[in-house]
Amino acid sequence: MNEHSHLSWAGPLTDRRNAQERYARAYQPRERHLHPAADFPGYKSTIARAPKQALLSIPQTMSELTGPVFGHNDLAPHDDDMIVNGQVDGEPIGERIIVHGRVLDQNGRGLPNTLVEVWQANAGGRYRHKLEDYLAPLDPNFGGCGRCVTDEDGNYHFRTIRPGAYPWRNYRNSWRPAHIHFSLFGPAFATRLITQMYFEGDPLIPICPIVNAVPDKAGVDAMTALLDTTANTPHDCLAYRFDIVLRGPRQIFFENRPEGL
Amino acid sequence: MPVTLLRETPSQTAGPYVHIGLVPSAAGLQTRTQENLHVVAGPQTEGEAIKLELNLWDGGGAPIVDAVVEVWQADGKGRYRHPLDPRSSEIASDFRGFGRAASDLKSGYYVFETVKPGRVENIDGKLMAPHISLTLFARGMNLQLNTRVYFADEASNDEDPILAMVPPPRRRTMIAERKDGGGTPTYTLDIHCQGPKETVFFDV
Ligand SMILES: [Fe+2]
Repeated sequence: MNEHSHLSWAGPLTDRRNAQERYARAYQPRERHLHPAADFPGYKSTIARAPKQALLSIPQTMSELTGPVFGHNDLAPHDDDMIVNGQVDGEPIGERIIVHGRVLDQNGRGLPNTLVEVWQANAGGRYRHKLEDYLAPLDPNFGGCGRCVTDEDGNYHFRTIRPGAYPWRNYRNSWRPAHIHFSLFGPAFATRLITQMYFEGDPLIPICPIVNAVPDKAGVDAMTALLDTTANTPHDCLAYRFDIVLRGPRQIFFENRPEGL
Repeated sequence: MPVTLLRETPSQTAGPYVHIGLVPSAAGLQTRTQENLHVVAGPQTEGEAIKLELNLWDGGGAPIVDAVVEVWQADGKGRYRHPLDPRSSEIASDFRGFGRAASDLKSGYYVFETVKPGRVENIDGKLMAPHISLTLFARGMNLQLNTRVYFADEASNDEDPILAMVPPPRRRTMIAERKDGGGTPTYTLDIHCQGPKETVFFDV
């Protein structure tokens, strides 16, 4: 099975059977009630940016069933190693960690060749960004920007520095739990997702309004990485595991036969 | 046999520092390889070279300065660079169809250099009007906003199945105006999160 066999489609565009097959490849509807509400008063910035009109439900056409395809050629050396890729004259400061896991679809199938992009603050909670003015210092040897592509089973792997918590302009005394931002593509425009990864045991998680915009504990737990000592690098890095689920196809095709569902 | 589906990981806002991860040069980081993503098409790509200018506005009428806008489109012959499209291999090598832009962090102006896409077939085999799919990520958006950009000078807009789902007064929120005169033809569109001109956003 090649990396795209569950997506490959061949035949003339005018062939009706093929058009129906493509329709059957539509993705599961997004369960918006399990995502954070667009308008969440505890998170002030949503007030002026959440649409007021109901979203228009559109059918998934070729424009939504396709999406950019990335590969290892898009990556530069050390893109997946934030301990190394921002170094100027030494090692970055902070806890050295590995973040790894699997990108799956809702049917539990690993998603190969998917671009995973990450960004984060340094160990002191400071982002390297023009608009950032938190008084914690920049680390001259840390950038906070990484990316990788999943392997044939959907696995990904980064090295980085554990980010610090930071205060933010929301309500008085608002703090973000330590987190890493994750951006994922999956096989189609319809599967695009941006989320954040939190760290097991962080007491700021339950009091963060961005986290609490997710309606239930199971959703918060799904965004919380667990310590995974089996993946540590002894005498070097602790490891955290974070699996990510993207929307799955309504029907799986395997060698042109529908399978399950 | 009942099948239990896994739950999609919840979305979280991309936040104000989204550029670090998606457009590092806009954040002030060193530009990486493959980073000029606001240039969607190269000189070999089929189709009319155009500029797409977008202005993003929040509900208070302030420009959205800190978003990242992504585009996804077919080439001038209506072909997507994706394994589902059987004509994918015919596409010029300098066209992926994906783009990404930040503003200058002071204005809500986002610009792409691309080609005008051709018509793409809908699932029922009928052709849709030329369009570019658009995704917005920003602080204050817990889940990305999706919409499409259509082109004002396209007669086929009248038979487009998605535009047909939109009440006529709101269709114009998705239709970019063409500006000619000197240089590359330019299409412009204002995107409003709220208010009387609120853009039609999709549940895809
Ligand atoms: Fe953040």
